[in-house]
Amino acid sequence: MILIVVEHADGKVSKSTCELITAARELRRDGPLTALVLGRGVASVAAEAARLADQVLVVDNAQLEQYDAELWAAGVAQVAREGDAHTILIAGSRSGREYSPRVAVKLDAPLLEEVIGLKDVDGALIAERYTFLTRVTERIEAQGAVIVATIKPGSWAPATPAQNECEQFDVDLDLPPRRLTITARTREKSERVSLTDADVVVSGGRGVGSPEGFTQLVVGLADQMGAAVGATRAIVDAGWRPYSEQVGQTGKTVQPKAYFAVGISGAVQHLSGMNKSKCIVAINKDAEAPIFRIADYGIVGDVKEIVPAIIQELRK
Amino acid sequence: MRILTLVRQVLDAQESVRVVGGAVDLEGRKLVMDTMDEYGVEEALRLRESGTDAEIIVLAVGPNRVEEALRTALAMGADRAIHVESDVALDAIALSSVVAQIARAEQATLILCGGQQADWDSQALGAATAERLNWPQATWTRALKLRGTTLIGEHDADQGSESFELQLPAVITTQQGLNEPRYPTLPNIMKSKKKEIRRESVAAFLVAPKLKLLGVEIQEKQRLKRILDGRDVHAAAAQLVQSLRFEARVIA
Repeated sequence: MILIVVEHADGKVSKSTCELITAARELRRDGPLTALVLGRGVASVAAEAARLADQVLVVDNAQLEQYDAELWAAGVAQVAREGDAHTILIAGSRSGREYSPRVAVKLDAPLLEEVIGLKDVDGALIAERYTFLTRVTERIEAQGAVIVATIKPGSWAPATPAQNECEQFDVDLDLPPRRLTITARTREKSERVSLTDADVVVSGGRGVGSPEGFTQLVVGLADQMGAAVGATRAIVDAGWRPYSEQVGQTGKTVQPKAYFAVGISGAVQHLSGMNKSKCIVAINKDAEAPIFRIADYGIVGDVKEIVPAIIQELRK
Repeated sequence: MRILTLVRQVLDAQESVRVVGGAVDLEGRKLVMDTMDEYGVEEALRLRESGTDAEIIVLAVGPNRVEEALRTALAMGADRAIHVESDVALDAIALSSVVAQIARAEQATLILCGGQQADWDSQALGAATAERLNWPQATWTRALKLRGTTLIGEHDADQGSESFELQLPAVITTQQGLNEPRYPTLPNIMKSKKKEIRRESVAAFLVAPKLKLLGVEIQEKQRLKRILDGRDVHAAAAQLVQSLRFEARVIA
């Protein structure tokens, strides 16, 4: 069977999970598409998953109240072994990429990380993924009785839920004790659309001049379009914006329909987080800035003049 | 205690990438220690400087050239280095077996490694190593202290950040924000030349790659590059909005 680990938050199945379903269906490997729900009080999640998969396995356990890499890996590996899974698909979120290597080691399986394309060729899985800070696309092959893969969010269209629910089964597991003790949580709260889901992203760099400049130009332009806000590492390091808004190698990877780079010169670490955007718009005073080399549209000029003029134009 | 820090040697981020014969060509290019791993080396040094009695071992797996990265770590202040010589590229799951075997042999109780590697864009090495050793892990760590045998730190999770506590032995993956890596000073560079780099052959570790590389491609999206002169601010803004609305159709 193909095992899909359902990622969920606030009682809802994540968009990445719906993308896993599409990726799994396209693979056409043998056996039922099995969704695994780990958590506590996850009835609503299981019901939602039951409209996406062929069968749902539910582990509702007090120990699984909060995500933990060791617990998740133990649960997934145990279910995979008992169900004889040949393929395990996991969303490429921070947590997915953290526990999936443990699953692969437990099952002595190869791990395909952050794949953007996946095919079964005579029983082997051939994957496409980005390397070298998202500048190179590699094709790799994994063979084995069981293969683990994490799927890069946004690489497949999310599956649409069916009318009917498939069968759900409760599963008991032996889970290990939790060894990483979480003593405090700071949850990112944002009224805006999330960076990774947004159709339009407006990001700012040093060129905006000051925290006030960032608010006025970058947040202002984003508000005008209902867009998400992003920032470069320099801006985050300076403490002007929270880390959650950072786009780039050490921050988030985005591929929106339109990416506005405001006062961003285009260091390769930043480009690696946004260079797959469909349309890139750059506004910068330096015509030689590397960002213009990957821009579809751009204006060379002072962001403090250009951006307010764009906002004004959008209001028309 | 013994701290094991892993380093990888990668293409300098400022260098352009080129493909020769189905692989990324590193010949004659500027190669550096992966920035993400520098945070690990630096953090090991800081743990020691804050009073922990620790020997710091730096480990790299790869061809001869990776000794440059090991020398950099030694010049930063690591005590000794291990170079596992391998001309075969190992994926993270295979490589983690080598790291775990070294950690056991050296009786290390803390492993530090970069949160993501800049060459294969993988985040798996730390967690896979932890699993092989049956150790807990904290990934994407931004702050770290050691009190006795308890690690106290902060790291990034799916939504926001978390404060954590963890008992040694453990694996910590590092990232930007954890510290500011030092530059090796000249006296330390001189001193490092006398430090030991022990060489071992990868064959002794009985590992085989789990993945086969079929080919690489540089798929640069063709960009329109319609760059306007912004001297006439309002004309440029009007034309840009017009193009985005009616030509690219990416905004309403």
